[in-house]
Amino acid sequence: MDARVQTLLRLGDAALILGQRLGEWTGHGPVLEEDIAMANVALDLIGQARLLLSHAGLLEGAGRDEDRLAYFRDAREFRNFTICELPNSGLANCAMRGHTQSGDYAFTIVRNLLFCAWQVQLWQALTDSRNPSNDAQLAGIAAKSLKESSYHLRHAADWTVRFGDGTDESHARAQAALDALWPYTNELFADDAVDAAAAQSGFGVLGAPLRAAWLAQVGAVLEEATLAQPRDSAFVSTGKSGLHSEHLDFLLAEMQVLPRAHPEAVW
Amino acid sequence: MSGAGEDRMSTNEWPLWEVFIRSKQGLDHRHVGSLHAVDSAQAVRMARDVYTRRMEGVSIWVVPSNSITASDPDDKAEMFDPAADKIYRHPTFYVLPKEVEHM
Repeated sequence: MDARVQTLLRLGDAALILGQRLGEWTGHGPVLEEDIAMANVALDLIGQARLLLSHAGLLEGAGRDEDRLAYFRDAREFRNFTICELPNSGLANCAMRGHTQSGDYAFTIVRNLLFCAWQVQLWQALTDSRNPSNDAQLAGIAAKSLKESSYHLRHAADWTVRFGDGTDESHARAQAALDALWPYTNELFADDAVDAAAAQSGFGVLGAPLRAAWLAQVGAVLEEATLAQPRDSAFVSTGKSGLHSEHLDFLLAEMQVLPRAHPEAVW
Repeated sequence: MSGAGEDRMSTNEWPLWEVFIRSKQGLDHRHVGSLHAVDSAQAVRMARDVYTRRMEGVSIWVVPSNSITASDPDDKAEMFDPAADKIYRHPTFYVLPKEVEHM
């Protein structure tokens, strides 16, 4: 498949799957105001996904529109980074005794911090005035998304500091979430043949060069939050190649059930 | 009622803030509602998400609700009714020269 289409699927699927995850909080947020805030973030991400997947469908030229791509592909065809599909409750190995609720807000927030900081770096690189993407549509999507992602980052950073520099319990839960999530950030910066081809052609950018600025941004937040930056590991998740965790199937089942049961359904 | 400051720890509820938004066209910040937030910075951020989602504004003010001193509804009669029959307080008894337009 065309590296451009692959790249757009990766970015679009990442936004779609995280948007769907964050949408699970709607009506279940910790307080009314935050419930609305998180729903706004989720909808922003789904908006980004619509633009990216529509563009992917056009470049692919096989007649698939955004809905076809979102609702009629199976897990193996999704190209989102694994970090986006992890459940809001966190991973089993970071579950803390006594907390059995389905959603862990610290995990949700720290993931947003790590992912949205990466998105900000990516959108900036794609709109870099010296070397923007040679695809006007992608550069336009990046410019629009940069404002949204910058706000998402601010929102997540704000809560990360409050959790990390809060009570003993909020600190412990934020640190546990950070420790669990950190290895999954490797995938954002681990370039493969698709990334190389997309960057080579001037369409996309390599991930590895984004890490220094990402780390500076995230590191500053962690420091203010009195959270310890986890040690780097060699683990690299493989979602962007279509090899996902066990969590994605369940997410897709819920997200896709309606259009699959009623393919022509409209609002 | 919970307010900003000391009593927030005891009630375990976040302080209440009044939100004022200035719309694109309007010159004045207008009261739009209230919300709970831990501090003023968070209140501004919350106000952005709760009250400006539909492009309602370009500027936000937040004020701790307990900083507002309000008139007592029970005093309504003596406070406001006496103004009802003082029509001479409205500047409507002057004849404007034609040259003064758009007053």
